[in-house]
Amino acid sequence: MTEKSNDKQSTPLVKRGLAEMLKGGVIMDVVTADQAKIAEDAGAVAVMALERVPADIRAQGGVARMSDPDLIDQIISAVSIPVMAKARIGHFVEAQILQSLKVDYIDESEVLSPADYVHHIDKWKFDVPFVCGATNLGEALRRVTEGAAMLRSKGEAGTGDVSEAMKHIRTILGEVRALSSKSEDELYVAAKELQAPLELVREVARTGKLPLVLFTAGGIATPADAALMMQMGADGVFVGSGIFKSGNPAARAAAIVKATTSFDDPDVLANVSRGLGEAMVGINVADLPAPHRLADRGW
Amino acid sequence: MKPIGVLCLQGDFREHLLTFKALGIPTVRVRKDEDLTGISGLVIPGGESTVIDKLSNIFGLRDSIIKLISQGLPTFGTCAGLILLAEKLVDGTQTQQTFGGLDVVVQRNAFGSQLDSFEEDVDFVGIDTPVHAAFIRAPIVTEIGNDVSVVARLEDGRIVGVQQGNILGISFHPEVTGETAVHRYFADMCKKANF
Repeated sequence: MTEKSNDKQSTPLVKRGLAEMLKGGVIMDVVTADQAKIAEDAGAVAVMALERVPADIRAQGGVARMSDPDLIDQIISAVSIPVMAKARIGHFVEAQILQSLKVDYIDESEVLSPADYVHHIDKWKFDVPFVCGATNLGEALRRVTEGAAMLRSKGEAGTGDVSEAMKHIRTILGEVRALSSKSEDELYVAAKELQAPLELVREVARTGKLPLVLFTAGGIATPADAALMMQMGADGVFVGSGIFKSGNPAARAAAIVKATTSFDDPDVLANVSRGLGEAMVGINVADLPAPHRLADRGW
Repeated sequence: MKPIGVLCLQGDFREHLLTFKALGIPTVRVRKDEDLTGISGLVIPGGESTVIDKLSNIFGLRDSIIKLISQGLPTFGTCAGLILLAEKLVDGTQTQQTFGGLDVVVQRNAFGSQLDSFEEDVDFVGIDTPVHAAFIRAPIVTEIGNDVSVVARLEDGRIVGVQQGNILGISFHPEVTGETAVHRYFADMCKKANF
């Protein structure tokens, strides 16, 4: 790991600061430098460099791991926007390698095969910031405790089915609202039930919001899906397979960017939804046998 | 006081709105051309400059913003906002445009990757106490024209804040550190300009 040169870099404020700048934006999965350029030209606020998009990981099966450093280097050189990359849950050496490659954010992601079924990465040990997935508030706050600097609701990656993303953002933000209506003496049990530290639970109850930026992910395939997530209260969206598994990636990417900005303007949404060609072929999450659901990875 | 417009296309516009709110200064969200009517100043927030550039084009704001800046509308850019106010860029993308207004050359991502981001107290001309600022994949000003004054530098001399008439551009984010002094400074510029 690189040593911090001083106490002014890689502080929580600096780590969380980049997430603040990404708000209102779309982060796109890319598997080549060419795709990264298309994403940047379409208005992506950052790209996620990976070897296979979730739909292909799902279709091909096998163990999914961190990407080849050459691929990550190529994508970093191809674009001027931030580049994120995925490490397996609990695989702190993949994270050390990604930090050495100077990616701007690491996604400790359930889309890859977990390396540790008990522990997540101790993210405080790293200078590079981490984004982590969550399906509920307790999970989100456990990731905050471990040093995550940004959150994303998990959804069900590689399906094009937005229903799980909807369920997770409703759960997370609904639990935030529920906490903020509790009295001080009810927070002890709330912390126990959420399996999250009391101090963080108190902070959420007091402020009525999450301590970190919350993007949403997993199944977003259309401009309307992106706008739906923004209207639900997401700070931004990750689009994985939805762009480069569709008929016209550049047009769809640009349309999703516009929809994410103008999420509350149905006239704009109607316009940007026109003539995009085929959306990715979806899989209904209900048809997925439980062992194949990625959102169940991580705890 | 007429409200200050905050460009709300992408980025940390909410933090700018909250900072002005803390100061009791009225604001309006700018997302469409008509939102630019009746504002006393305009803030271009932090975010991704390439994205804000594209969206301002797509949503038909670009020409109006350029016109208002040329007419003397007080305008304040932080980080990506500074990039968008620069006349010239180093390390921009091939298609990237700016609104212009500041006769400066700005280099994007001048410090490197996110690992090189930092927080720092910065002396600011016209503000008594140092400003606590976050530099996130920040740009710097590499050249300035004759009419541009420097309002903030790093200890090593690199320029991170400039003003030219009614236009203020800074590399950093006072809006994410709980600082209000720079926003107060800009609000005073707006009052004085009485646009």
